[in-house]
Amino acid sequence: MKIEEKQILHTDILIIGGGTAGCYAAMTIREHSDYSVIIAEKANIKRSGCLAAGVNALNAYITKGHVPQDYVDYADKDADHIVRQDLLLTMSEGLNRVTAKMEQLGLVILKDENGEYVARGNRNIKINGENFKPLLADAVSKLSDVTVINQLNITDYIVENNVIKGAFGFSIAEKKAYEIRAKKVLIATGGAAGLYRPNNPGFSRHKMWYPPFNTGAGYAMGIRAGAEMTTFEMRFIALRCKDTIAPTGTIAQGVGAKQVNSLGEVYENKYGLTTSQRVYGTVKENLEGRGPCYLRTEGITEEQDDSLRKAYLNMAPSQTLKWVEAGKNPSEQNVEIEGTEPYIVGGHTASGYWVDTNRETTIHGLFAAGDVAGGCPQKYVTGALVEGEIAALRMVEQLDEEKKETQSEKEQQLLEEKVKEYDTFLQNENAMFTVEQLEEAMQKVMDAYAGGIGSHYQFNEKQLAMADEKIRQLQTLAAGLHAEDMHELIFIYELTERLTVCRSVIAHLGARKETRWHSFAENLDYPEKSDEWLRYVNSRMEDGELKIIYRDLVKKGETYEHSN
Amino acid sequence: MSIAIDSMKCRGCRKCTTVCPGSLIELDENKKACIRYPKDCWGCASCIKECNFGAISFYLGADIGGMGSKMTVSTDGDLLNWQIEKTDGTKEVIVVNKKDSNKY
Repeated sequence: MKIEEKQILHTDILIIGGGTAGCYAAMTIREHSDYSVIIAEKANIKRSGCLAAGVNALNAYITKGHVPQDYVDYADKDADHIVRQDLLLTMSEGLNRVTAKMEQLGLVILKDENGEYVARGNRNIKINGENFKPLLADAVSKLSDVTVINQLNITDYIVENNVIKGAFGFSIAEKKAYEIRAKKVLIATGGAAGLYRPNNPGFSRHKMWYPPFNTGAGYAMGIRAGAEMTTFEMRFIALRCKDTIAPTGTIAQGVGAKQVNSLGEVYENKYGLTTSQRVYGTVKENLEGRGPCYLRTEGITEEQDDSLRKAYLNMAPSQTLKWVEAGKNPSEQNVEIEGTEPYIVGGHTASGYWVDTNRETTIHGLFAAGDVAGGCPQKYVTGALVEGEIAALRMVEQLDEEKKETQSEKEQQLLEEKVKEYDTFLQNENAMFTVEQLEEAMQKVMDAYAGGIGSHYQFNEKQLAMADEKIRQLQTLAAGLHAEDMHELIFIYELTERLTVCRSVIAHLGARKETRWHSFAENLDYPEKSDEWLRYVNSRMEDGELKIIYRDLVKKGETYEHSN
Repeated sequence: MSIAIDSMKCRGCRKCTTVCPGSLIELDENKKACIRYPKDCWGCASCIKECNFGAISFYLGADIGGMGSKMTVSTDGDLLNWQIEKTDGTKEVIVVNKKDSNKY
């Protein structure tokens, strides 16, 4: 089998990834300009990305009596100061604006008798977000001159002299390759799941918190193109309901359930209440023989049972199925909890592209928003929308400023080269290994040597060195894989992307020689934290090797701008 | 975590193949939907919401405590009717109104 059709498209703006950030960016571009837009989406924008099943609450909102700086302070504290204050502030300032827009699109938000949103805690509001993504997709479908190409998997950027020129990809539905030439590109793909051995490694291997289809494509393309990346050592490990890996915040905040060990002791205060400390406490209680751990729901009311079952149907239906199947509601049985495998996800922690406040990366004309944009943790859904908006506005502004450029003559030749690469996998008949085998091998290496579930999220430098060596071997093996069809070709690229991200994670974990966040980056050679490490660990690939760059913190009141 | 497709009920309309965020569902030689990689399913339930014929249900794998119950959902205006059928034939229905916000 081989690629049978090649298509070259031209657009003003290419958006890679039709998720939350990408869709909102398209809407913003259309509101402020007539520039043509193509959205390249690996699946279908109706339900693709993190919000396929829905989202239960908006976790980033400036509630009454608070100001954006409060949100910045919260995120800064939760990440123990390794955040970009300028990015957090510009994000926080837009949270309520994008929420109002979503309500206009039809999002149901709970209001009190005075017409004000009902808060869940200090920063959250209550919604029915089951149809959040379909609402966005529907709004995008009504925009003029925004072309959505579904089932198009983008594999590489086109970059000339550190200026973005477009991207290459292939269709999963047809034997077709694309070269999309664009004046500006927004990378709005997801973070990376599936790097580490997951909680349920067998039949239910994809019953994970983060979408298993988010394979770090955006990170990998940036790393390979020499973009500067930040804070890949701040992994995200979610505390989740055991087995179903459904969110716990709804139970913890909704009915005020505490974390308890098997002796019934509340342990959460012992370790601290930041996101990483909640995970760490659960790991420690298990290691010290007081597991399993639970959210104490026994004794809640029937009405609360009913509300929880409905809330989970709107975001993680498997948890409701589990309760019904067991014949026991949460009021009758505490909910067992566990930490997930580590993910790299800029919507929760600070991993991602190193960007300026306009969300432009270090590659000119390439912008990043949502889970791939670094430095701005706890952005969640609304923060991703804001970043899509910020990036969109700046892209429009830059296009307004620039004159029309003529097209490069080398275009066709470039696509030919890329198609050769795709065809190599499609035509290689002598493959020794399958994608599944290499994926399993990668997850085993990361689990054992780079702080996975099996090693209680801990690692040392010798183990990291072994992880790096073994991941490099797998990269070599991955080059010899075979794809039966276009779908299998995606699997090969997803594996390759994950291996690239693994290399960066390993390098970053080794470069931060302290333990600032338990579990998220627990370096046994350096078990303490130190003020000396109040700085960013960044990296850039040069000649195939990652170069580590340390940068000073961007503190309150400061703004970072790219200097070249 | 995966889905089961009842080929007797499937009409081959392709709504599920289109919506799956992992592009995991295809039509087989008889023009019936089938999941090509059952282990790759995320369990998001997008496909069962799309299906107008109740042909798709989802279940928990035995490795995460599943005991064979099947879950389907049908849409009736603003209502999502979730139905869980256990192996002993008993059924439980939970109705969620899309216009109602979550309480938590």
